[in-house]
Amino acid sequence: MKEFQEIFLRYHALLQAAVYGSAVLLILIGLYAVLMKKHLVKIVIGLSIIESGVNLLFVDVGYISNHTAPIFSPGYEHAADKMVDPVPQALVLTAIVIGFATTALALSLVIRLYRHHKTANIEQLKSLRW
Amino acid sequence: MLKKIFVWFLLAVLGIALYASFGRAPFGENRVGPTDNPATVSAFYLKNSPEKLQTANSVTAIVVNFRGFDTLGEVTVLFLAATGLASILYRKEDEEGEHLPVRINLPASSIVRTGAKILFPLILLLGIYIFVHGHLTPGGGFQGGSVIATGFLLMFITYRRFGTNHKVMVWLESLSGLAFVLTGLYGLIKYGSFLQNTPDVGHLNDLVSGGLIPLIYIFIGIKVSTELTNVLDTLMNIKPKKR
Repeated sequence: MKEFQEIFLRYHALLQAAVYGSAVLLILIGLYAVLMKKHLVKIVIGLSIIESGVNLLFVDVGYISNHTAPIFSPGYEHAADKMVDPVPQALVLTAIVIGFATTALALSLVIRLYRHHKTANIEQLKSLRW
Repeated sequence: MLKKIFVWFLLAVLGIALYASFGRAPFGENRVGPTDNPATVSAFYLKNSPEKLQTANSVTAIVVNFRGFDTLGEVTVLFLAATGLASILYRKEDEEGEHLPVRINLPASSIVRTGAKILFPLILLLGIYIFVHGHLTPGGGFQGGSVIATGFLLMFITYRRFGTNHKVMVWLESLSGLAFVLTGLYGLIKYGSFLQNTPDVGHLNDLVSGGLIPLIYIFIGIKVSTELTNVLDTLMNIKPKKR
């Protein structure tokens, strides 16, 4: 635990760059897929990647160094001052469920489009152009 | 080509803007403050979750009690998504234009079939454990419900003829949703505000503690598991084209 604290302090800037950078990178990868990919299923996958990036960003902001999970298990009943922020975790729990719902609905629309046009490539969906 | 340059430019601007704004919030800094005399909403939740509600998992306390009305809306969104999916994918038996045989006609090998048969009840048991203990350990209704749905998915992809009783699933889903609302109305009638918890909250880290919290999370667990199973059932049973 002591060693971990030392490592944490020594490489703090690097750790911050890695943690926030990976979340931002996930958002950018997902946005790239949404903007550049031609297949509708890949676009839906891109939306899911953006969502996981945002969730990671939430949990990163709520983290407090050397604090434990916000669960008062036996032995931690009076450790409320030693716990990370529970609000982002509750928000992310909501966001994951809503993300599942939107992904399922988007995929059903993709299936419907594929049935109608016999293709899921947005370049061949001529009737959706304006 | 122009589009590619534009997209890369947009991604670069967005990446720099996001990183610059979040880089100002130091990673691992204590933004909650002291919990004895709470100045932030997080500190208030951390103080009152074990003291007033006797709930060990404070994330559950937030999701089901402090923001219980929010969760009712969330469950409604999930219900609407499942209904919307079923109505978008619905089609009559003899309708034309179908060319999507989703189910592969090869039977699964006997190793997979035997393994699925052994694993299925254990997965159900794990899911039930997760949502019954949602107020004590990490997990809860949404997580346990998802675990149960994965068990059904395993059975759907292993046994081609495995199907759930649609009527039973729909009734379970509706009744558990109704039970959630009725629990809220009980609080409204007896204690004066919607989803108000009972003052009799038991003792920290007991299985029966936290008043109405475990009850509501069990309802949510049943609702989410049946809903996700129905979604999977709808997606797996897209009928092949009639010849």
